[in-house]
Amino acid sequence: MANLKVKYLGTAFANPTVLASGVTGVTASTWKSVVRSGAGGITTKSIWLNEHKGHPNPTIITTEHWMMNAVGLPDAGLNKAVEEIAEYEKDKPAPLIASIVGGNEEEFIKIAEKMATLPIDILEINISCPNVEDEFGLPFACVATDAKRITQAVKKVAGNKPVVIKLSPNVTRITEIAEACAQGGADGFCLINTLGPGLYINLELRMPVLANKVGGISGPAIKPLAVKMVHDVYKATGLPIIGTGGVTTGKDALEMMMAGATLVGMGSAVYYRGIDVFRKVANEISEWCDKNGVKNVEEIIGTVKM
Amino acid sequence: MENKTELPQIVEIKQIVTETPDIKTFYFDYHLESKPGQFVMLWLPGVDEVPMSVALDTNNQFALTIYARGDATKKICKLKEGDKLGIRGPYGTMFNYKEGEHLALVGGGYGTPPLYFLTHEALKKECKIDFLIGAHTKEKLLYLKTLQGLEGVNLHIATTDGSLGEKGHITDNLENFLQENKPDRIMTCGPELLMKKVGEIGDKLNIQTQISVERYMKCGFGVCGQCTLDPLGIRTCVSGPVMSSKVLNMLDEFGQYTRDAQGKKQYFNNPNKK
Repeated sequence: MANLKVKYLGTAFANPTVLASGVTGVTASTWKSVVRSGAGGITTKSIWLNEHKGHPNPTIITTEHWMMNAVGLPDAGLNKAVEEIAEYEKDKPAPLIASIVGGNEEEFIKIAEKMATLPIDILEINISCPNVEDEFGLPFACVATDAKRITQAVKKVAGNKPVVIKLSPNVTRITEIAEACAQGGADGFCLINTLGPGLYINLELRMPVLANKVGGISGPAIKPLAVKMVHDVYKATGLPIIGTGGVTTGKDALEMMMAGATLVGMGSAVYYRGIDVFRKVANEISEWCDKNGVKNVEEIIGTVKM
Repeated sequence: MENKTELPQIVEIKQIVTETPDIKTFYFDYHLESKPGQFVMLWLPGVDEVPMSVALDTNNQFALTIYARGDATKKICKLKEGDKLGIRGPYGTMFNYKEGEHLALVGGGYGTPPLYFLTHEALKKECKIDFLIGAHTKEKLLYLKTLQGLEGVNLHIATTDGSLGEKGHITDNLENFLQENKPDRIMTCGPELLMKKVGEIGDKLNIQTQISVERYMKCGFGVCGQCTLDPLGIRTCVSGPVMSSKVLNMLDEFGQYTRDAQGKKQYFNNPNKK
C-alpha cells in the first residue's frame, strides 16, 4: 500500500483529498461526517464577519458535464464560525482549513485577526467568488494590486497561521495575480475557484434558471483548465497548492498533483460520486501508486514533463 | 459516468383544488415516478424554489398540496390553471412497508400530504390503514372527504378546539390506541415536536416508526449542506426526509432546533424566536 500522507504548509494530511469550500461544510458535524467519508482535510464554507444572506433559489443546477451555482455565500458570521470550530476541535479528526471572505480589506483583517486565535490549521482567503459581483464588484483576485493588498493585510494579522489565497480562473494571466500575492506574503494557493460566471437559459420560459441569473461553473468540464492553471502557478511561484476544479476520480487527482498540487480539493464531486467520493478517490490514488511503483504519493507532486 | 442532470422541467398546472382557506392542491400531467415520502424542488420563476412533498402520483399525473406560508408558496397559491412552474426531482427517501401490513399514519396539521400519497399506494398493496389526523380546528383538516370514502382506511380525528373528532391533540391517546391496535409500523409527518413524541411512543411500544423530517434546503441533492443534522452531519435531502426514529434518536438536534438559510440555529422552544 502506497503512503498517501502529505504535508501541506506544516500540517500533515492522511491523504491528499480535501473538501473544497462551499460544498456542504456549513456545520462542524458535517465537517466530521466528510472526514468519516474519507477526506484528508476540510475547508469550511466561506466565513463572513457578519451574517450574510445568499441568493434565493434556484442556486445550483447540474448536467453530467458541469455544475453551475450562485449560492451567494450565505453565512451566519464569525460568532457562529467560532462555535462550529470549537465543536470540531473537541474530537478533531483531520486538519481544518478556514475559508474567509470579506467585502473589503477591513473585514478580511477583522476575521483573520480572530482566526489567528482559533484552532484552525490554515487560513484560505476567498477573494475570487464570481457570484457576489452585483454586491461587491469585481473580485479582488481579478486585479493583481488588489490581490496583493488583501494578502499583505491578512498576513500581517494572521499570526502563525499559513495564508493560502484562493485564485480566480477568470483572469487573463493567473500567474501575474499569483506572483503579486506571493510578493504580498502568500504561503500557498488554492485554485481554481469557479469559472465564469456562466448563463443557462430555460428555452420554454426564455429565462435563466438561476435566481442570480448567472453562476460559477465547476464540475468535470473545467478540469483541464484547472490542471493547466495549477501547473502555471506552481511553475511561476513554487508555492504549495491545493488543486481544485473538476476532480472526481483518483486519476484526476493524480493529474492535479503532477501539475503541482500537494492537496486536491473536491466539491462538485460530492454530487457526481456521492459523499464518500473522498474515500473512493484516495483508494484510486493508492491503487495507481501501487501499480506504478510510487511508494509515497508526495513523490509525484510537480513531476509532469513539459 | 452516469448521465446526471438537475435542471428544472417546466410543468403546467392542470387543476387546482382548494382544500382549506390557505391550502390548495395542484395537479400536473407529468410522469414523475415518485414514491410516498419523496419530495420535489418546486420553482416559481423569478421568486424562489422550495422543497415540496409529493401528495399524490398516479403515473401520468402528480399532485402537490401547498400551504401559503412563505413568499413563494403564497404566490404559487395565487396561480391559475394553465400557469407554469418548474420542478426537479423526485428526491430523498420514501416510506417503507410490506404488502398486507397494518400501518398507523399520524398526521399533524398540514403535514398530511405525504401520508395521503402513502395511503393510496399502501391500499394497492392491501395494507390496513389507521389514519390519525390532528389539527387545531376542523377547517384545517386535509383530504377529509376522500379519506372518509376509502375502503380499508380507519380515520381518527382530533382537533384542539373540539370542532371535529376528539377534543385535544392527536398524540393524547396515541399510546393506548397503538397498544390496542398493534400496527406493524407507524409513519408520521407534521410539526417536529409532534413527530418527536410519536417516535418516542413508537420506540416505547417497540413499533417501527418512520418520520418525515423537514429542514431548510437549497439544492435537494446533497451539495449545499444546508439541511445537515447534528451531530452526525447527515443530509436530510439524501438520508431523509423519511428516517427511522432509531436514526433520529442519534440526532440530538431533532426536536431541539433547525437551521436557517445562513446556517444559524433556530430553537423550537426559544421564546425570543421570531
